[in-house]
Amino acid sequence: MWLNGVRAAAVAGRRGGAEEGERSMAVSLRESVQRVSDPRNLDASVEEVFRLMLGIECAGHTGPEVRDEESVTAVVGFGGLLSGACVLRSGAGTAMKMVAHMTGMEFSQVDDTVKDGLGEICNMLAGAWKGKVPELAANCGLSIPAVITGRDYNLHVQAPEFQVHHVYRFGEETFGVTIVCDGLQ
Amino acid sequence: MSEIRALIVDDSSVMRKIVERALRQAGLDLEVVHEAGNGSEGLELLRAQPIDLILSDINMPVMDGLEFLRQIRAQNLASGVPVVMITTESSEEHVKQAIQAGARGYIRKPFTAEQIKERVLPLVRAA
Repeated sequence: MWLNGVRAAAVAGRRGGAEEGERSMAVSLRESVQRVSDPRNLDASVEEVFRLMLGIECAGHTGPEVRDEESVTAVVGFGGLLSGACVLRSGAGTAMKMVAHMTGMEFSQVDDTVKDGLGEICNMLAGAWKGKVPELAANCGLSIPAVITGRDYNLHVQAPEFQVHHVYRFGEETFGVTIVCDGLQ
Repeated sequence: MSEIRALIVDDSSVMRKIVERALRQAGLDLEVVHEAGNGSEGLELLRAQPIDLILSDINMPVMDGLEFLRQIRAQNLASGVPVVMITTESSEEHVKQAIQAGARGYIRKPFTAEQIKERVLPLVRAA
């Protein structure tokens, strides 16, 4: 499965020594799936990251997600107490506008700066989201962001433990954020 | 306050530029800003350049920010130079590890320019 690479990277990032491993073993979220998967955590994380780093107000979008032909997807893996990923997907034009807001630069194509910027936005979303649950903040690592660009592709995760997907908008732009959990200790 | 020679360590070039912009907005007079994409590159720069202030991410490839801190201390580099971590990791445990490894400040991403000002300026003034 395509998530395996980013998840493995996040797990590797958590191997900080025996002491950390022993502490992780003592904590469990099995009984707290509802708390971890609370969709309000995702909304609050998106609102916080976009307000502080992009200077724009984001709102939930109930209509269809508008996508360009070309889309950009950033993925940050979770490893440790929870395994899975945070996925940020938007059309190419929306990705350029997001990174333009964050950097103050203008973009006419999805270049390395746009990919780097979108990966960093996804990284902050993943960090903000796991920070809402204290056990996750301390016992769940993040991978380095991976960014996928292309046309007409879909992402699939087989039988996730839970999945939270919301569409957001700023101005005329829409984008989707998904938290996929495929393992919970 | 004299001109500051800063080192920003982050694997994201976009984030390095944002941190630099925030330092300037905070009123720091930056003489030069050196950039490194990971802790190993940061150590090389510290061996070659005089630095007054270090800002570092934690999650980075090759050498992460906590190991970077430990190596600064182990190799006796940048003695007395304030190091501030700027990271998505927000748990008390991460803060504790960073402080134990030698960090003097900790800022969580996403951050505001005001937070940079509040937490970095006093360290620079005291150094």
